[in-house]
Amino acid sequence: MEFRDYYKILGVEPDADQDEIRRVYRKLARKYHPDVSKESDAESRFKDISEAYEVLKDPEKRAAFDQVRSNPGGFGGPGGSWQPPPGFERGFGFGGGGFTQGDASQFSDFFETLFGGRGGGWNMSTRGADQRAVIRIDLETAFKGGTRQIKVSETGPDGQPRQRSLNVRIPAGVGQGQQIRLRGQGGAGRGGAEAGDILLEVAITPHPVFSVEGRDLHMTLPIAPWEAALGERIELDTPSGRVGLRVPPGAESGKRMRLKGRGLPGKQPGDLYVTLRMATPPADSEAVEAAYRNLAEVTGFDPRETGGRS
Amino acid sequence: MTRKATLAELLDADEALHLADLCRLCGVSAEWIMELVDDGIVEPLDPAARAPRFSGVCVRRVQIVRRLQRDLGVNRAGAGLALELLEEISELRSRLRMLEGQFPAEH
Repeated sequence: MEFRDYYKILGVEPDADQDEIRRVYRKLARKYHPDVSKESDAESRFKDISEAYEVLKDPEKRAAFDQVRSNPGGFGGPGGSWQPPPGFERGFGFGGGGFTQGDASQFSDFFETLFGGRGGGWNMSTRGADQRAVIRIDLETAFKGGTRQIKVSETGPDGQPRQRSLNVRIPAGVGQGQQIRLRGQGGAGRGGAEAGDILLEVAITPHPVFSVEGRDLHMTLPIAPWEAALGERIELDTPSGRVGLRVPPGAESGKRMRLKGRGLPGKQPGDLYVTLRMATPPADSEAVEAAYRNLAEVTGFDPRETGGRS
Repeated sequence: MTRKATLAELLDADEALHLADLCRLCGVSAEWIMELVDDGIVEPLDPAARAPRFSGVCVRRVQIVRRLQRDLGVNRAGAGLALELLEEISELRSRLRMLEGQFPAEH
């Protein structure tokens, strides 16, 4: 088991007072809270920070930790593995769930050895814990639905952690950030209470053409200058099949068009927004160059006539 | 090992959850949810109904407020404000991503 130096995790000196510990924790918590933070390792950082604070904010737990920390017999060397000293009584009298404010089931084995943790001494009937996770699906699955396998970590009947795989049927039309529920697949209930649920949050993996915002899809469509000027009917391949988009004559680059109901399906299907982007052919031959010069001459067009001239 | 596929239920705007359901899914008490209702942080589908029902999207909002309160020590009003700002940021971020996709960076 790895020894965890809670002072190092919070970045405080071992003689820091309670006020300082609280101040540092709050600062780090704001930075790494998974609901707020965009840091990629926010979740694991936050878990570590919470665990460290759970111990250091409580004078009794802190004293117990200090004792273990200063006991050279318990160390396997710096940075090495840690074994509880012989005759070590698990728990320091902290056993039993419900003692910790945070989600103690998320804490490390080291924490558990010191203070007890999951399992707890609850005798009353309690509903099993709900579990949360993110499920990543591609745009096609979001549209058509599909079956995905997920792995669920849980505590087995012998108290040991184990993994269970679960086939999940995802209905068609799940949106970005949407929560889905797997009823009764969370932690087992105690004392005959029902099992918890698994809540999954859907993250749709980025698609090269379409981006998802809620139930709507967005895409950028390059068009040639003559298509923009003269209008054109363009065939588009969308996740819901091929559709014809009528670009009106005189369309400007940046114009946004809506294809109603062509977003994610559902009772209230989303829309597909197409933003036109003018692409100009390169003047890479004499003929094209001549065509451009001719166009300039014939139109006498000044794009800055309406302002913006420097 | 389960071979049979478990059907995922969508917690979206179409879902009308009973108060008890919402409490269960978020791990909080009914009184606490009703305090959020009083503060306008979540709203029942029909505010006049005797037994309030909630849209599935409330689950996420309630959970975030609960976690912000528990982990960051903000009060209810502060958590409500943070929630609104977070939602706005996420909308702006996805809009930004969209716009960046429209105008590829020059090389």
